[in-house]
Amino acid sequence: MATIQSIAGENEQHPDVALVERVRQGDVTAFDTLVRKYERQVFRIAQHITQNREDAEDVMQDAFLKAYEKLDQFQGNSKFYTWLVRIAVNESLMRLRRRRTGRMVSIDEDVETEEGSVPRDLADWAPDPEQNYTQSELAEILRKTIQGLPPGFRVVFALRDVEGLSTEETAETLGLSIPAVKSRLLRARLQLRERLSRYFKRKSGSAAMGPAPMGIDK
Amino acid sequence: MTCTEFLSLLDDLIDDAVTTEMRADLQEHLRGCEHCEVTLSTTRKTIQIYRSHEIYEMPAGLRERLHTAIMTRCKKGC
Repeated sequence: MATIQSIAGENEQHPDVALVERVRQGDVTAFDTLVRKYERQVFRIAQHITQNREDAEDVMQDAFLKAYEKLDQFQGNSKFYTWLVRIAVNESLMRLRRRRTGRMVSIDEDVETEEGSVPRDLADWAPDPEQNYTQSELAEILRKTIQGLPPGFRVVFALRDVEGLSTEETAETLGLSIPAVKSRLLRARLQLRERLSRYFKRKSGSAAMGPAPMGIDK
Repeated sequence: MTCTEFLSLLDDLIDDAVTTEMRADLQEHLRGCEHCEVTLSTTRKTIQIYRSHEIYEMPAGLRERLHTAIMTRCKKGC
């Protein structure tokens, strides 16, 4: 699912730059190409942050419209994709704040939690543990698990590990320092691992395993 | 190397951001520590599972609807 598989070299022009240039010259179909290229990623990021389908749909539309309106402000020295992601993250946080009126929602605040900083569940996982679940059961497990993370951890994990941004790009996009991104990423990864262990760990004394009880709402 | 030291370098190891010398130290620790071996392999698996499964699939209808809305607005001049 990594989205930036081919990153153009220093002297090589990224294909998005040419598309952006065409849009600036009035070619709307070039923007259409950019939308189709990145719509799924933008939607996913919005879902990860807002945890609300309706909001994610709105964010996706608003983010692309805003990108189109502000295209003149796009500097060619950053990638179009990371610029777009920054818009989507900001739109998502605005939605999240609107839904949680009165509750501070910030990705800047560090979350004081020891959870996951020291692995507790040290049981090994079954080989290919996801095969014990249907696709929809697995998706539900993964959604429920990541939903439990604080928003500031969730967004770092989503950008770094799901969308394939670099640590530097993630830091720039979120306005965080590189050490802050690294610290959150480690804790996010360890917390997710800990929580997934419940579903994926090898059952002791049994070589043939049936599906583990879901223990989550369907 | 202690388990705490190993853990502090876990991300760098996963992201392949360690020096050859450091990698050798980490591997040396792993040879004698089953707990860290499990932590490493299951953390790698966690990332791989999230990366390879689409958990927020966009319905095709929505994609088209949004696409049309965006293009209509853009043609009118955003």
